[in-house]
Amino acid sequence: MNWQDFWAMGGYAFYVWMAYGLTLVILVINIVIPVWQRKRFIQQIRNRQKRSN
Amino acid sequence: MFLVPDSVGRFFHRMASPPHFYAFSGRLMPWLGVIFLLLVGAGLYGGLVLAPPDYQQGDSYRIIYIHVPSAWMSLFIYVMMAAAGVIGLVWRIKLAEIVAISSAPVGAAFTFIALVTGSLWGKPMWGTWWVWDARLTSELILLFLYLGVMALYSAIDDKRVASKAVAILALVGVVNIPVIHYSVEWWNTLHQGPTVTKMDKPSIHISMLVPLLTMAVAFKFYYLIAMLQRARTELLQRERNSQWLKKLLESEG
Repeated sequence: MNWQDFWAMGGYAFYVWMAYGLTLVILVINIVIPVWQRKRFIQQIRNRQKRSN
Repeated sequence: MFLVPDSVGRFFHRMASPPHFYAFSGRLMPWLGVIFLLLVGAGLYGGLVLAPPDYQQGDSYRIIYIHVPSAWMSLFIYVMMAAAGVIGLVWRIKLAEIVAISSAPVGAAFTFIALVTGSLWGKPMWGTWWVWDARLTSELILLFLYLGVMALYSAIDDKRVASKAVAILALVGVVNIPVIHYSVEWWNTLHQGPTVTKMDKPSIHISMLVPLLTMAVAFKFYYLIAMLQRARTELLQRERNSQWLKKLLESEG
């Protein structure tokens, strides 16, 4: 099997790779958002502590 | 407690304590990540490279390796969310409330993936992006249930009250789960019947079944990772005034 055949997906490339691509994006976003929110929240708490000290 | 061994009981008792949960889930994360990546790698290699094309659908059927596990996850996570919600409601365990609400966005994501990948499969195979078939419609209702749970939670400021409301909504919505599962048998419409989850032998070749089940297990690990990340964030926000959080931030400098 060569790479060209693999990417062509027997003529269904658009549907197959669109499905896989969208899934990847959604799954990555669902990890990144809570991690980013937590980092931002911890920073807020730290800043508040510094101000009160 | 005769039903569970002592050590298991102790484990859950410790996990119900916020600082333990926060520390333990943090240590668990890299391991879960490695297992998830290995499983996804194996599942995708088996599904996209090793498995042969379908004799009727050609290569378009390869969407199955994300569509079917996502659809399973959409139901599985809903049941987990409702169960955690009930545990929170009955025993007032804060961690159960947090697990319930942290499951909702992950479940919504998998429901959305199941719908979109199904649509991308339906277009070349059925000739249409969407039909108001029983399976598709009940799965769409599931997405609205998840979104309803998330909206209700964020609309109520007191998060303990919000958790109660969310648990009741989630519990009522459980009625939709068997409807989704049996929809393809009760109403004979466009969506195909089950090929894997039926009583007799699955009508799918082993070279396709193994990557499919591998992806299903991989998505279970993804759920654990994404749900725990949400739970850790939610926990910090709820415990913003607690002593353990203050100490944790001080010790980390």
